[in-house]
This record gives sequence, C-alpha cells and structure tokens, in this order.
Amino acid sequence: MSRRTLPYLWTLLFLALAVILSIAIGSVFIPPADLWRILTGSFSGAALPEPLKTFAFIITSIRLPRTVLVLLTGAALSGSGAAYQGLFRNPLADPYLIGVASGAGLGAVLAMSIQWPYSFWGLMAVPLASFVGALLTVFLVYALARVGKAVPKTNLILAGVAFSSFAGALTSFLMLRSTGELRRAISWLLGGASQAGWGPVLTILPYVVIGLGILLLSGHTLNLLQFGDDQAQQLGLPVSRRRALILMAASLATAAAVSFSGIIGFVGLIVPHVMRLWFGADYRRLVPLSIIAGAGALLVADVIARSVLSPQEIPLGIVTALVGAPFFLWVLRRAKNQGFW
Amino acid sequence: MLTIEALTVSYGKRLVLTEVSLEVNSGEVVALIGPNGAGKSTLLRAVSGIIPAQGGKVRMNGEDLLARTAMQRARCLAVVPQAVSMPPAFTVWETVLMGRTPYLNFLGQVSTKDEEIARLALDRVDALELAERRVGELSGGEQQRVLLARALAQSTPILLLDEPTSNLDLHYQVSFMETVSSLARQDNLAVLVALHDLNLAARYSDRVALLVDGEIKASGTPRQVLTPELISAVYHLPVQVIPHPFADVPLVLPGRG
Repeated sequence: MSRRTLPYLWTLLFLALAVILSIAIGSVFIPPADLWRILTGSFSGAALPEPLKTFAFIITSIRLPRTVLVLLTGAALSGSGAAYQGLFRNPLADPYLIGVASGAGLGAVLAMSIQWPYSFWGLMAVPLASFVGALLTVFLVYALARVGKAVPKTNLILAGVAFSSFAGALTSFLMLRSTGELRRAISWLLGGASQAGWGPVLTILPYVVIGLGILLLSGHTLNLLQFGDDQAQQLGLPVSRRRALILMAASLATAAAVSFSGIIGFVGLIVPHVMRLWFGADYRRLVPLSIIAGAGALLVADVIARSVLSPQEIPLGIVTALVGAPFFLWVLRRAKNQGFW
Repeated sequence: MLTIEALTVSYGKRLVLTEVSLEVNSGEVVALIGPNGAGKSTLLRAVSGIIPAQGGKVRMNGEDLLARTAMQRARCLAVVPQAVSMPPAFTVWETVLMGRTPYLNFLGQVSTKDEEIARLALDRVDALELAERRVGELSGGEQQRVLLARALAQSTPILLLDEPTSNLDLHYQVSFMETVSSLARQDNLAVLVALHDLNLAARYSDRVALLVDGEIKASGTPRQVLTPELISAVYHLPVQVIPHPFADVPLVLPGRG
C-alpha cells in the first residue's frame, strides 16, 4: 500500500466504524441481526415482518438523519478548522476560538427568535442568518486583530475570544427574552444535535457541500500561503482573492454546522492537529483527511453523548471538550515529530 | 531587460522611495547597496508588486509589469527572499515545484514538464541530493539555495534577490554568489540583488547601484561607485578602498589608514 493512500484508508475505516456504531447504539437496543435485515431490506425494498417495523422507523427516521447531521457537522467543523489554521498560519485558529462559531450562533438565534415556530422558510433562514453572522465575525475579528499589515497570532485569538464572549452574552440574552422553548435552545447552544428528522440535514447539505467542496480544492493555495503572503504573491497567487474565497467557504461550512448542531468546540482544533501530526501538513491531503476524520470523531462523541447517561443525553459540546482535550494532550505528548507546524 | 522608471513609494506621508530609476540588462548582475533603512527591500517589494507604488513604472522589454496580474508578473519576474521562517512541512522537491505556480491551474497539478524544469532548477544550484529532505531541517545555506531553485523554476527572465547572503557563513556566501553570477551569464538573466556586504557586491556584480534615503545616489561599475569619499559619507564611517589582491575589483576596508 502506498504512503499516499494509506492515511485515507485508515480515516475512512474509522468513519465507517463510527457510522455503524452511531446507527446501532441508542436508547432502544436493536439486535445486530435485525439491524442488518432492516438496512438491507430498506435498500432492496423487501417487506419487513411486523415486529421489525418499529425498529425500522427508529433507524430511518431518528438514528439515520441524526447520524448524517452529526457526520456533516463534524466534517464541516474539522474541515473549516484546518482551513482557518492554514489561512491564518496559526495553530490555534479554529471556528470556536476565533469566534466564528459564536458569531454564527448569534445569527442563528436571531433567526430563530424571529421565526421560532418552525416553518419551512424559518428553517431555511437559520443557516443563512448563521452564515451572515459568521462572515461578519471573521471580518470584525480580523480587523480588530490587525496591526498594520500583519495579524499577530495572539491578537487574533484574543480578539476572537473577546468577541466570542460578547456574541455568547447576546445569544443568552436573546434566548432569555424569547418565549419559546428555552430548554431546547440551551441544549442547542451547548451543542446537541437535538433537532430530529431529515429537515435540518437537507437544509444544511448544500451549504456544507459548497463550503467543503471549495476547501477541498484549495489545498495548493493553502500550501503556498504557508510561505507567507508576500512569497505566495510573488509566486503568482492572487492572494487577497483566494484568501477571501477560502474564508467564505470555511465560514459557510461552519455556519451550516452551527445552525443546527449548536456550538461544538475543539473538533475543528483537535482533528486537524492530529491529522497533521500523523500524516503531515500538506494541505492537499490535510483538508480531506480532516474532513473524514472530523466526521468520524464527532460521531463517536455523539454516541458517547447518547449512551453515558442513557436514556438521557448530554450535550455534544460537553463530550468533545471532555474527551477531545485529554486525547489531544496525549497525542501531543507522544508526538515525536516536533516540527509539524 | 528590467527597467525601473521613477518609482515612488510612500508609507503614509513618509516617502520611502523617491523617483528611483534603474536599468538591469539581460545577462547582467546589478548589486543594490546602501545603509540599513535606505529602502533596498522596499524597492524590491515594490518592483515585485507586493506593495503599491505611488508613481513610476516597472517594465520588462517595454511592457508595464505593475499593470499585470500577480500570475502574469510571476512569469516575468521571480524573487528569492531571505530564508527565514520557512514552513517545515514541505520537502525541497515540493517547495521547488511551487515555483511552477504561475503556470499551474487552481488545483496546482503539475505535469512531467513542470517536474523536469524543477529537477533542472535543483541541479543548477547543486541541491538535487536534497530533494527528499524537509526544508525546515536544512541549514541556512541549503535553504537559500532551495529558494534560488524555486525562483529558477519560475522560468523568468528577471531575478530579484533580497539580501540572500545575510544569514550565510563565508563559504556559502561565496558559493551562492558564484552560482548567481554564472546563472546570469548562462541563462541571460537580468539579476538585481540587494546586498549588505560591499565586497561581495564588488566581486560578483557588473554594476552597483547605491541607494541612500530612498534615492539612487550613484550607479556604475564597482570601481566608479565604491570610492572612499562616497562610501565614507554614506555609511558615516571612514573607509579605505584598495585594489583586490587577485581580482580586478576594489576592496573596501573600514577604518582610517
């Protein structure tokens, strides 16, 4: 097996296992044999015996959409995390730390507070508002952190964290004022994929596909940017145009993820780092690997979130922080290759 | 041929370059010298289109380079920066291939022709054996040669170098400048190189341009520019200029006789 394809095989295998786990595990136990019959049956269209119909409903209407939603969210957060890190040449940049996620969250809550009872257009408006919030945040944080032509790493994070708190406070205020389902909003905020059904999946799908699609094609650009803006431009790259394109794409993906799965930290930070440590920092490979592994990692986190206090769920954001941070520290400790940044 | 015409650059209200005009012929190495803060780096950055010029033109065989897109410009003019803070992630081979960027599509896919050009470029700077190494692991001298190879891979008639020898030891300084001057002759390149070291400038350039406070104070052969009067006045330090013991160039020594 060649050195190039092996990382893809490993991450894809991980993702496949995570998908199976996510479908198989839940508050209702479904025996593996029945699970297999339902899945093959739904593809071949064969009629299912009566006792399996409930199980089939649980799988196709509850677990499968949720699995796909979490998968898309993980892919979007991790892929955009890798892109932000490359774009800002900053190992700490992730949708959460630079404030984009909170900005997107604020946008989403604003949209929800207007159209709280879900109508179709209300549903469509949420990711759009979230995208606008994310973009405004990026430009604001970038402008605040900027000193002359340079954007110092610490400034970027400080501006991001400060704006994040501000947006977070506004979000909480809006939710307190709203008469709607407060509990649901709070669990959304902490990162729980609590919205069920295929609606949210279909709504965010185009945003995620377009956003991640652009990022997948931007590996060469991100590689050039690692040499700094000046050198990249002297090598013939239209730097500001490409930078804006990647920024838009990453924010689009982040906004889509945030709009229905809430604010989930750490995935966008940890997954790209682990991929970089294990498989190198060539962005033509790092972006796709981060997307695949991010989807798998968030699915595993979601399985844990559903099963630890079963039948109660804990918010996904809590799990990613509780499990992700120690795992990341362990990987960092073990890393032999210190020069990966 | 590179022609800089009355190039003017200011940062805010402060004029950094005032109507700088300079010509570099094909096959010729012109050394840009001057005290710190004279505007050497600014001139190279403005010529390569990184910072906007408030006035003036940069022409290659008559056409205005500053009016072109970054990609078109990168096919005419390559820059060798100082080898500082190189990203550790890439191998020498990958780095040199990035020199082909102005000829590649959005995805950066390279053809066998691009690879052939990159291999040739590495060979020209004697760095072929470094191809699989990571750039971050190399010594300063090796990194500088890799950056020269990357610029050569751009296949441009004009080469700009920004103080490429500042971080190199004596051996690498000499061998690097040897390579640059032989490249200029063999490939008929127009080379403009900013240098700190006056004796390297005297030894390896055909002409010298002395930049002081954003203006060209003098330009001509090393012998014409590197005079004790001029250098002493500009660098605020008494200097002696004596004939080089074995090369036909002047040798600048600081201090009174």
